[in-house]
Amino acid sequence: MKQEKYTISILVNNQPGVLQRVAGLFARRGYNIESITVGSSEEQGLSRMIIVTTGDDKIVEQISKQLYKLIDVIKVVELSSNSTVSRELALIKVGIEVEQRQQIFGIVETFRASVVDVGSKTMMVQVVGGTDKVDAMIELLKPFGITGLSRTGVTALRRGLSQQKTN
Amino acid sequence: MQAQMKNQPSSVLNDELREQLMQPDEITGSEILLRSLLLQGVECVFGYPGGAVLYIYDAMHDNPHFKHLLTRHEQGAIHAADGYARSTGKVGVCIATSGPGATNLVTGIATANMDSVPLVVITGNVFTTAIGTDAFQEADITGITLPITKHSYLVKKAEDLSSVIQEAFHIASTGRKGPVLIDIPKDVSANKAIFNPLPSVNIRGYHPTVMPNKLQVNRLVEAIQQAERPVILAGNGVIHADADQALLQFANTTNIPVTTTLLGIGGFPSNHELWLGMPGMHGTYAANHAIQNCDLLIGIGARFDDRVTMNTKGFAPKATIAHIDVDPAEIGKTLETAIPCVGDIKHVLEYANKKVERANTDAWVQKVQTWKKEYPLSFADSEEELKPQYVISMINDTTDGEAIITTDVGQHQMWVAQYYQFNHPRSLITSGGLGTMGFGFPAAVGAQMADRNRLVISINGDGGMQMCAQELAICAIHNIPVKVVVINNGVLGMVRQWQEIIYDERYSHINLEGSPDFVKLAEAYGVRGLRASNKAEAAEVWKQALDINGPVLIEFCVSQSENVYPMVTQGKTIDQMIMGDEQ
Repeated sequence: MKQEKYTISILVNNQPGVLQRVAGLFARRGYNIESITVGSSEEQGLSRMIIVTTGDDKIVEQISKQLYKLIDVIKVVELSSNSTVSRELALIKVGIEVEQRQQIFGIVETFRASVVDVGSKTMMVQVVGGTDKVDAMIELLKPFGITGLSRTGVTALRRGLSQQKTN
Repeated sequence: MQAQMKNQPSSVLNDELREQLMQPDEITGSEILLRSLLLQGVECVFGYPGGAVLYIYDAMHDNPHFKHLLTRHEQGAIHAADGYARSTGKVGVCIATSGPGATNLVTGIATANMDSVPLVVITGNVFTTAIGTDAFQEADITGITLPITKHSYLVKKAEDLSSVIQEAFHIASTGRKGPVLIDIPKDVSANKAIFNPLPSVNIRGYHPTVMPNKLQVNRLVEAIQQAERPVILAGNGVIHADADQALLQFANTTNIPVTTTLLGIGGFPSNHELWLGMPGMHGTYAANHAIQNCDLLIGIGARFDDRVTMNTKGFAPKATIAHIDVDPAEIGKTLETAIPCVGDIKHVLEYANKKVERANTDAWVQKVQTWKKEYPLSFADSEEELKPQYVISMINDTTDGEAIITTDVGQHQMWVAQYYQFNHPRSLITSGGLGTMGFGFPAAVGAQMADRNRLVISINGDGGMQMCAQELAICAIHNIPVKVVVINNGVLGMVRQWQEIIYDERYSHINLEGSPDFVKLAEAYGVRGLRASNKAEAAEVWKQALDINGPVLIEFCVSQSENVYPMVTQGKTIDQMIMGDEQ
């Protein structure tokens, strides 16, 4: 079956070891994790994890069912791309000469990204957007020589009023 | 020698004691633990002390109500708790110290987890201030057991203990049951807190489905009315849900043949004419061919394990699959399932029983009956050699199928499944999923602790018997009257069988030469030992063993070359069966 990317939003108790439980489940059952982000959610005491995985409908259904078996998992939602806003942030450091700075500013502007640090021979760019946009930004900066790169992984939230109800 | 049992369990919890225990006193974490366990109705805890649980054992010392059985190995303790839980349906409890004590429980936890056995496993840990420092006897047991527990807790404060224990019992014993671990650092067991149990347990992320979706059950009922060749595949879940009577009614009403998996054995009476025996790798001809030819396969509390399905691609090729299970993750995990019914099996079947009618199965039932008659289980008996299958049949005949039988893992386990006629749920206790050698004997101790008057027989091979033999000591001290059977063929029989059939008789490391004299071993522990090497001796010593009011070990020296048949080898479908040596 065709392997596709899926984004899964998991609301969990903010307990020690929860990340280990979720990540361990993926590892043990052979599910892939492309990226994972964890942070606080709209409710105190609960965290939201966003996991991007690859698989097919059957695998994603199993992932969801297995996640629900974890006591600390409150809610699992598979986020389809058209009803969801998903973003990641990347910090990209390029090694450049002073005369190349304007070129970087030009690229940054068209991407509505920003320059967050300028050194004598480096610049650091921050870009926020969907995975495709971040990928494209990296491609464009590659010719300058990327000396450092850090991506957050995708975080996501469903659009409109139908936001994940928390039981 | 045969002193009165000091630790005989009995339900000590009455209203007066309950009220006394519920007092909101300021007590140590250890006392909170003991009170909480008593309030849960725990009759007997199996355990082994050590540094990190010294406060807990100190609290036990002058607690008149708390019953603890000191095993000789932590593994013995957890398998005993498991046997107790499987034979009663109650939560089994065991306790061990930190580090090696805790890691010695790992096999037992995995065993219980695979077979959905409700356990609460208590481990000590080092002081909270020492956690993470590689302190003496420190092990990250919650981390180690993460993938093999239903849930686990590392308790950081004494005031959290009582609610954690309540939650642990709730989680262990509801939904799909399983082991829950509670790790208690030494200071938590020493510190004081007000005892404040919750009036009720409510865990936000935990709501097992009990009542089924009626539309799905109605679809199942409809499918049954339309089916011509339906089969029920009943598993462990039937027994865990106490749904045996509901299953009996379901099968009787619909007139559908029933096959029971290894762990489902006893969930349906084996003397019933609709029973087909066990399916799968060592299943009966009737069960395997019924599955392969059926048009509707109704899995009930069975997870379509690989030893049942063998090659899944060719499993039940003509069937619509219906699946009743309390765990939604089991539905569709292995097989494409057309009719999923998630819920407590007893509730699902009781609802279905109001709707179902007799199905149009007369011709089909007649067909499977023919298979049963034409291809019964058989072995080549001998007057010269004692055959293991004969020994199991003899034990069956002399106990009318009424005993609790625990087994270890291997050939003898399959022969028990094949030749002992179980008619009651919770009477076969065996490690099905994990296949744990060393499980059977301590599990029998646990089952016997739950009911001193029940005949409990532990059937072992000579390999597995040596994996937990040390518990003979507690049988002797407490006069725990388990009949310990050792089917001794001098080799690791199941491995030998595979090496013979699949590895061209290249017998690699299966010879158990150097095993102890089992009779002397038993007697060294103060347990009676008996031995038989032929049919006459077997009958004689077995009769003697049954008459002994106390533990006894009976060694049956059997022929070495017996294989378990039928057999389906890897990659084959379950109707491609090797029926015996000749073929």
